Amino acid sequence: MIKHKLALAMTAAFVLAGIAQAQSARDYISIVGSSTVYPFTTAVAEQFGKSNANFKTPKVESTGTGGGFKLFCGGIGVQHPDISNASRAIKKSEIETCAKNGVTDIVEINIGFDGIVVASAKKNKPITLTIKDLWLALAKEVPDSTGKLATNTAKTWQDVNPALPANKIEVLGPPPTSGTRDAFVELVMDHGCKEFAAIKELEKADEKKAKTVCQTIREDGAFIEAGENDNLIVNKLVANPNALGIFGYSFLEENLDKIQGETINGVAPTFESIADGKYPVSRPLFVYVKKAHIGVIPGIKEFIAEFTSEKAVGDDGYLNRKGLIPLPTAKRKQVATDANGLKTLAP
Amino acid sequence: MNKPKPYSDMPLRNRDIKVIVNAGLARRHAAEQRFRWYGLTAISLGLIFVVLMFGSIIAKGLPAFWQTYIQVPIAFDAATLDPQGTRDPQALASADYNALVRSGLRQLFPNIEGRLELRALYGLTSTDAAYELQRQVQQNPDLIGSNQAIWLLAAAPVDTFIKGNIDRALDEAERPIKNNQIEWLDQLQGAGKIEKQFNTVLFGNGDSREPEQAGIRGALMGSFFTLLVTFLLSFPIGVATAVYLEEFAPKNRWTDIIEVNINNLAAVPSIVFGLLGLAVFINFFGLPRSAPLVGGLVLSLMTLPVIIIAGRAALTSVPPSIREAALGMGASKLQMVGHHVLPLAMPGMLTGSIIGMARALGESAPLLMIGMVAFIVDVPKNFLDPATVLPVQIYLWSDLPERAFVERTSAAIMVLLAFMILMNGLAIILRKRFERRW
Repeated sequence: MIKHKLALAMTAAFVLAGIAQAQSARDYISIVGSSTVYPFTTAVAEQFGKSNANFKTPKVESTGTGGGFKLFCGGIGVQHPDISNASRAIKKSEIETCAKNGVTDIVEINIGFDGIVVASAKKNKPITLTIKDLWLALAKEVPDSTGKLATNTAKTWQDVNPALPANKIEVLGPPPTSGTRDAFVELVMDHGCKEFAAIKELEKADEKKAKTVCQTIREDGAFIEAGENDNLIVNKLVANPNALGIFGYSFLEENLDKIQGETINGVAPTFESIADGKYPVSRPLFVYVKKAHIGVIPGIKEFIAEFTSEKAVGDDGYLNRKGLIPLPTAKRKQVATDANGLKTLAP
Repeated sequence: MNKPKPYSDMPLRNRDIKVIVNAGLARRHAAEQRFRWYGLTAISLGLIFVVLMFGSIIAKGLPAFWQTYIQVPIAFDAATLDPQGTRDPQALASADYNALVRSGLRQLFPNIEGRLELRALYGLTSTDAAYELQRQVQQNPDLIGSNQAIWLLAAAPVDTFIKGNIDRALDEAERPIKNNQIEWLDQLQGAGKIEKQFNTVLFGNGDSREPEQAGIRGALMGSFFTLLVTFLLSFPIGVATAVYLEEFAPKNRWTDIIEVNINNLAAVPSIVFGLLGLAVFINFFGLPRSAPLVGGLVLSLMTLPVIIIAGRAALTSVPPSIREAALGMGASKLQMVGHHVLPLAMPGMLTGSIIGMARALGESAPLLMIGMVAFIVDVPKNFLDPATVLPVQIYLWSDLPERAFVERTSAAIMVLLAFMILMNGLAIILRKRFERRW
């Protein structure tokens, strides 16, 4: 009896595998990767599907940047995705993994910028922060007056900088799995700590230790991990007027009636200040294409053309209305030429 | 226990007992009152939360079932659409329908000039408006050359504004609708050229990045295919397992181990099944990612233990007298089970399966692993098309920055809840109508 059942299950499995083989010719583009780039790539995918009757609308999965590269670098063939979204540049280790699995020719497209804002509820008085203030408020260990490292005891913003109000330090931010958190650590924490002579000296003596001190965020309740959902952080800010929140610029733009972006290093987060690079906390967004799949999966070339067109990423493009900050014109032209010429990453 | 003493031997201390009982009575009554009160508080607290949750979802989601349309006079100009006059479908498909929408909007407000002003004006209608005209012309080429007043889908910020969710008093920079647009919309509303119609888009379209064009049809079909696979696999296997284990299998250590394992499986977090599905179905058998077939396979792994446990409970509730009578009349064991026990246990088994399926319908975590958390515009047509399911659609919409997705998220939750209530209601009806008491 059990043997028969086993045999039956095996046959069923083989039949299923057979179906899979039969449909192995995938006729739509498969995209994976960052949830930050997801809103932009999906908009391009939809536009591409609507304006090209010959091609199916691409499928866009939201897996996170790291998860996306894991799938993307899995190998060549229809069961592996063609394009990966990333909210940071591909790492060397990831290029190596890719190469190990036969994925060698990768086309990198820089699609634009995303600003990371520190925002608070509208009813609050806006405060002007510096990267140094943010680091002092959020780092786990900070140098004391003699330059020795000690556990961060700052309770209010005034403890950090006498010019700031005496509000409790309460910052809602993304968890470590998020690309936004990576970027925040890299752009704010790493730069903020370098403003201290003590850390600079430490860096000379023990680079690894210095990096840990710079990047470790305190865990005593001042920094609250609020999950990947940025809308949730916006709602929590409205409910809690003391708190600050960290998220992508597009969420600030959509909720300007409820929240305001704080000035950092004297620059307020606006479309213009992020676009011309004055706002210090912004990062480039990327899309990576597997060259070996061009010609196998229909429409990849045309999809790249759509993604790099002025209509999409230009100063007045539809992605701009979704909150993407465009590249400067010259850089944009260069990216478009390289991408459409399928220039691959140097190995 | 001590033997009760004969009545005559009891000391006559009735008064004492009465005093003792009376003294404690108030305390006991109070304790009972308190206990009832705790229970009532617990229930009402629960109810308040349910009402709050439903209330906020319905209050947010209800407006999404209506959508704003703007009536625009459209001149189906033959020179723009079909200059050769051939009515060639290819030419009709590639004509510039946006030009028709724009000239229609300009006709409504002939005095508007300047690039920025015109852009604001064109921003009133959805980007789907041009495709809508294209669909109408392709369906009915006779429209070419005529003038029609056509209801066009409004853009999402306009829709949000008309529904009263954007405060006019706000500073212009803080709202997505600008002063000039408000002025035009007020004029249109005064002229009766703005209307809220039932939101057919929500039920007819797949996903979209434009809130006004986004629908749950793709997710509904995905859920349907996924659950169909789940049911077709888990119900027969689950029932067969339950019958074998309960009626045929010898009671020994092996069946004990199997039973413990099945009970354990029912409590395993669902994400684990997703990982298993990724390793086995996608990586080993090479099934396509994001397919309802794989989703169904993973969810049936999750539902199977629930069905088996419910099935065994239903089988044990059939009294042994039925089995004995059947066997006594000369039926074989298979006939006894097939003709008598199984039909009597079926309502219970179905109830268990429906509850298991309802849980599968609401599941999203295991599907993340197998690629069903994805943006999919085309409505899936079979078990292998890329698809997503309703709970995943809700999760994806809740994470988008556009304000208009908030109400659509709640509307999708309402649809999901309606299906849940329907399925659980069906389970109750089945139990009430077919269950036998012995």
